[in-house]
Amino acid sequence: MAIETSINGKAVALSAEPDTPLLWVIREELGLTGTKFGCGVAACGACTVHVDGEPARSCSLPVSEVAGKSITTIEGLKSADGTLHAVQKAWIAAQVPQCGYCQSGQIMAAVALIEKTGRPSDAQIDAAMTNLCRCGTYPRIRKAIRAATGQAAQAVEGAV
Amino acid sequence: MTDTPIADTTTEAPLKRKGVKRRAFLIGGVAIVGAGLFGISIADSNATKDAKARITGEGEHSFATWLKISEDDVITIYSPHTDIGQGSNTGLAQMLAEELDAAWEQVRIVSAPAEPAFANVGLGRGFMAEMTGQPAIINGIPQSFLSFIARQMNLQITGGSTALRFTGQMTFQKVGAATRLALMETAAKRLNVPTAELTTQDSRVIHAKSSQSLRYGELAAEAATLSLDNEPKLKDPTQYRLMRQSMQRLDIPAKVDGSVQYGMDFAIPNMRVATIQAAPVRGGKLTSVDTAPALAIKGVEKVIKLDDAVAVVAKGYWPAISGLRALAPSFSDGGNAGISTASIFKAHDALFAKGEADGEAGEGDVQAGLGAKPIEAKYQVPFLHHAMMEPFALTAQYKDGKLDIWGGMQDPLATKMMAVEVSELDADDVTFHPMIIGGSFGRRLPMYMEIVSQVTKLAMQLPYPVKLIWSREEEVAQGAYRPQSSAVLTASLTDKKRIAAFRNDYAQPESAESETVFPYILPAVSRRHFAHVSNQQTGAWRSVNSTQQGFYNESFMDELAHAASEDPVIFRRNHLKADSRHLRVLDEVAARSGWNTPVPAGRGRGVALVESFKTIVAMVVEASVGADGMPKVHKVTTVVDAGSIVNPDAAMAQIEGGTIMGLSSAIGEAITLDKGKVQQSNLSDYLLLTMAQSPLVQDIHFLNSGAQMGGIGEPGVPPAAPALANALFAATGKRVRNLPIMTQAKG
Repeated sequence: MAIETSINGKAVALSAEPDTPLLWVIREELGLTGTKFGCGVAACGACTVHVDGEPARSCSLPVSEVAGKSITTIEGLKSADGTLHAVQKAWIAAQVPQCGYCQSGQIMAAVALIEKTGRPSDAQIDAAMTNLCRCGTYPRIRKAIRAATGQAAQAVEGAV
Repeated sequence: MTDTPIADTTTEAPLKRKGVKRRAFLIGGVAIVGAGLFGISIADSNATKDAKARITGEGEHSFATWLKISEDDVITIYSPHTDIGQGSNTGLAQMLAEELDAAWEQVRIVSAPAEPAFANVGLGRGFMAEMTGQPAIINGIPQSFLSFIARQMNLQITGGSTALRFTGQMTFQKVGAATRLALMETAAKRLNVPTAELTTQDSRVIHAKSSQSLRYGELAAEAATLSLDNEPKLKDPTQYRLMRQSMQRLDIPAKVDGSVQYGMDFAIPNMRVATIQAAPVRGGKLTSVDTAPALAIKGVEKVIKLDDAVAVVAKGYWPAISGLRALAPSFSDGGNAGISTASIFKAHDALFAKGEADGEAGEGDVQAGLGAKPIEAKYQVPFLHHAMMEPFALTAQYKDGKLDIWGGMQDPLATKMMAVEVSELDADDVTFHPMIIGGSFGRRLPMYMEIVSQVTKLAMQLPYPVKLIWSREEEVAQGAYRPQSSAVLTASLTDKKRIAAFRNDYAQPESAESETVFPYILPAVSRRHFAHVSNQQTGAWRSVNSTQQGFYNESFMDELAHAASEDPVIFRRNHLKADSRHLRVLDEVAARSGWNTPVPAGRGRGVALVESFKTIVAMVVEASVGADGMPKVHKVTTVVDAGSIVNPDAAMAQIEGGTIMGLSSAIGEAITLDKGKVQQSNLSDYLLLTMAQSPLVQDIHFLNSGAQMGGIGEPGVPPAAPALANALFAATGKRVRNLPIMTQAKG
């Protein structure tokens, strides 16, 4: 029985076994490899996508649970004419990625945070941005989120 | 906990031994320079022909194998390094394009083919200079011999913060400059003007007098036939347009839209996915496995038994890992079941008590200087895991007698040679296709690439291509860890608050001597290595031995400062050479961090000064301890002297990230063993620093002293742990001698 859902605005019928995590359906069945496998236990966030606008760690989400829902992956952030999302632009301006492997997940988490809060405070950034980065790009992720929401690039201690 | 004798239970991978030999040959090679040069130069010219044939197509012209200029002015640079995220390929491109006077928008950099012709001569030269300690020794050695050695070593490695220091300075700048001269010579002939009247800019040779100019693309075909100057004059830094500029990294756009392809992302038609479990107790073998439970899972096609592992091959990763989890394989323990974290520390203590060091270095009479009542402290650090964000993934296909492998490794050429060895195919029938790497930090070095051997063995017996993915659990359990290590530091002070003698006894598998730089000028210093090997594979972890040695020395310097009732910065100053680079770096960090200003209530400041990979870094950490007992890092001030910097913003990113990795290891990271087996299972219990735990403020400043260029990828790591430990002592009066701090806080 095919599972029907929408990925990046396109209706799809998925043939995967219902217990297959959404991550592997996105990567192997749909060939969208921007969403990454990092840990398989929802600890690192490299697999973050949006499900009905909410950030979700797709490595631990059975595909059966997203039937009828709307999924956005990193490939779906650009506008139809190929223009990058403002957050992606801010990521380039701040030269955030190093190895880059976690960055799709970081960007998806950041977009969801900004859509929810408008102008996230440093405390809100700390609370929402729990994705791991081994290269240590956290200062630049913060800088890019602040820049994308019209805040001064440099965080100031004690400010809320 | 049971203890068994440990010294004879090593199961070090045989390849590691080979790697050591290869490197030894390089140094040994110096002695045989006079012999057989003729044969070598023939081999070299064949290699060059081979390289040209591989990379040049219609309308493309190759220069010194590393550079290709097309007739439509596109400049392609072949990097022998794998950019593991540190931006080194952008830096290398800046260096070559600078000397070439290339138009930056037309410059591309790609991975060099994993072929002997692209072995890294500049790196061979740098290694030889650094490891023999005699840079002059290499000056008389012909280039052909160096490239011969590089090929013998399969040298295409990325590590040791070497890309820009060695490859960049010793090869790429020269290739750029020499190619520019060849283009000018060609233009002079064509325009019939003296070369001295020509200038170059943005990929054009310009004759200002006659207002004529020629594109590099239209000169390339003829210029490529000229022989290149071996020692061209390089630009004066005042003329730089690309170097020392924060050029945006060339790899970043593809890393923000999900389009970049890592080894994990590779796919070809008909490909299957496999996953694997090796013996959980390193040194053990697969004894038996009932394959039926895996084969019962939909999508699973095959269970393959290897000597020390079992692999499940399936239509996708999910059935493969589900199949593997359904198995209950039996493994032997190789006699290593008695090894634990505690037994290793106990063995270290026994070695210290016995007092028979395996190696000693230093100067002065330390024994006499220590006197009857020295100050002593013991430090312990755990195994550390690399935890690169991309788990291992390699795809291999054996078809029509040829083997192809795709993925990301720190040494593509050595990867190919390992596959040649395992497959027993001719080198010409094996191709490794290097891909972008999702982090490495030393994990993907040739000595620890068991996945290469595994995927080769799988592919050789499967009728279709197979992608072998290590689960994160496998990746955590089968690491090439920074060694678990102990140290006993001993020193005595004079009545003038000066160190009279300083001894660092440390226990771990290998000597740290070649990397340890002790910057203080003391009457007597001794470093003694006590060799202890467990069943774990240990390897290079970002900044290698400088992490634990930096922690030992700089923590103890702080203890001595307090014992002398002296300010830790002043105490260090008093033991540094006047007008030295170290002193300038230390003074600068004190000034920038407000060292002499009052610290906010509840916080402490700690300082550390570590030189690694020829770069000097001083760091001041401002930290406190939260109500939960966990350390909180508020602010880090860092001053770096790497001699000179190719790309300031990319260098800044390396120091930011290195600092965070150093803090991460100090606060939460540990691989522990019980019954010979790693106890951590995933990133849920091997704890990396998070955004919320990272310092909100990092103030980083570069002092470009103009000294020999140092590395930048690694030196940010080592000072972080001791600076934090020293800050916590200042805040709480409690000394951190065992890492990670989190375990101490909880335990």
